[in-house]
Amino acid sequence: MLTLNQLMPALPEIVLACTCMALLMLGVFRGDSSTRPVSWIAVLALVVVGIVLTSVQSGRMTAFGGQFIVDDFAHFMKWLIIIGSSFAIIMSINFNEQESIARFEYPVLILFATLGMFMMVSANDLISLYVGLELQSLSLYVVAAFRRDSLRSSEAGLKYFVLGALSSGMLLYGCSLIYGFAGTTSFEGLATLFKGLGGTGPSVGLIVGLVFLIAGLAFKVSAVPFHMWTPDVYEGAPTPVTAFFAVAPKIAAIALFIRVLTGPFGVLIAEWQQVIILISIASMVLGALAAIWQDNIKRLLAYSSIGHVGYALIGLAAGTEAGIRGILVYMAIYLAMNVGTFCCVLAMRRTSRMVEGISDLAGLARSQPMLALALAILMFSMAGIPPLAGFFGKLYIFLAAIESGLYTLAIIGVLASVIGAYYYLRIIKIMYFDEPAEAFDRTLSGETKTILVGTTLFVTFFIIRPDIVVGSAETAARMLLAG
Amino acid sequence: MLEIGLSHYLAVAAILFTLGIFGIFLNRKNVIIILMSVELILLAVNINLVAFSVHLQDLTGQIFAMLVLTVAAAEAAIGLAIIVVYFRNRGTIAVEDINLMKG
Repeated sequence: MLTLNQLMPALPEIVLACTCMALLMLGVFRGDSSTRPVSWIAVLALVVVGIVLTSVQSGRMTAFGGQFIVDDFAHFMKWLIIIGSSFAIIMSINFNEQESIARFEYPVLILFATLGMFMMVSANDLISLYVGLELQSLSLYVVAAFRRDSLRSSEAGLKYFVLGALSSGMLLYGCSLIYGFAGTTSFEGLATLFKGLGGTGPSVGLIVGLVFLIAGLAFKVSAVPFHMWTPDVYEGAPTPVTAFFAVAPKIAAIALFIRVLTGPFGVLIAEWQQVIILISIASMVLGALAAIWQDNIKRLLAYSSIGHVGYALIGLAAGTEAGIRGILVYMAIYLAMNVGTFCCVLAMRRTSRMVEGISDLAGLARSQPMLALALAILMFSMAGIPPLAGFFGKLYIFLAAIESGLYTLAIIGVLASVIGAYYYLRIIKIMYFDEPAEAFDRTLSGETKTILVGTTLFVTFFIIRPDIVVGSAETAARMLLAG
Repeated sequence: MLEIGLSHYLAVAAILFTLGIFGIFLNRKNVIIILMSVELILLAVNINLVAFSVHLQDLTGQIFAMLVLTVAAAEAAIGLAIIVVYFRNRGTIAVEDINLMKG
């Protein structure tokens, strides 16, 4: 008998799903004039979901016959996703009104994508993994093409759709092979099966399935060689959407990556470690090199995010508790840095139009010194310069790599971040030392400014109390690997 | 008499899957063909799942196949909607014309 208590672990998701549908109804009946209230209710709903998440949470619980799992790891990742999604909604409100694309579907779609991400983070079975991933992806395809009268935005949506559908197909083919050769789709079942294999090793079919699964997931985190869609989609999509793409889906996909590889396939680390190391090196190097020649700031941030994923994957390649802790800390800091940077990108408007060239930032230090200071701090942090937060993110990752004996990976990582520092510092140089360009309009809304100030303060003062993030990341990592 | 076993089903699915992948990458004409290729990939997966399900005497595979079918329908609907939006802006859906942003 299914009792109400068995659904308790999924309570945040249930609340979120009901809110989504209620807001959809509200929007349908009230029309586009309700965009502002719908957006704020959506943000409120995310906060409520966060509170529910915290109050329901107690140790490790499963629901829906073991398809759905809640633990400290899921809890940590869900909090990051809530922060990313609510910031994406808040940042969009003013922007969408200025660009006259304020439609109530936007917050609703973001909420549906968030629900999908929650399912991904809590997936404990190949079926729930797939359903969560698709719920997220389908919402994201639509959001990418949200400015439907713009050719760029619709082209971004189309490219994202085609490549996303291809990656889902590969992931699914991998799932079907794993199911066939293992006889189960449950993560626990797979883990028990692999532990029982002993010295014989898994069959070829399972390895092929695992490779397809990794390829599909690498697509979703936009790791090289599956990164081609990222710069185009980042450039074409409206800026708040790009900000959302850069944080929440990436965090959810990394979480899924970690859960799949350390959970059911944890015993087979010898089989997948090499693949992850290769993907990680390729992403770091490409992220560092390709960004140098970009003159569009959104494209540059796309390559920068490819590089960041490369660093995060180092922690996964280590496969240890320290590695996972490193990724969690890294993703938290990555979230703050990216949201802050995209707030600055939103401020780049001239005569009521968005400008996206890096050269447009010239002389920002003279026209808007505070904005330039914030962007400079964020760029220093992205480059990994101490004492800012970005340095600590990289520190924990590299420490984990060295503890696991992955010296080559750590050295390449440090080299790539030195090369990467070039283009981050170039932005600072342009802002402070180049001939001033025409000043930007001062249209940044109060809420966006608050987010910018908040993330910049977090990045600057992370050093004072790193234990807040690091401590909870550590419990999350321990619980994930203990299970 | 030839017995049709699991390996035959897997071979058909693998061929369909490969056709789908090649359909996406080699096709230079029409986005609709890409949509059909995606559908081909998902159907290859379904054949796999159902064949395995029968072979293993386990229903999970068939449930999975049902979910894949449902999601594939939603995916096709969203894909077509995006193609319509794109066509309105660009006036063509030829693959070689999707080149506003280099990538």
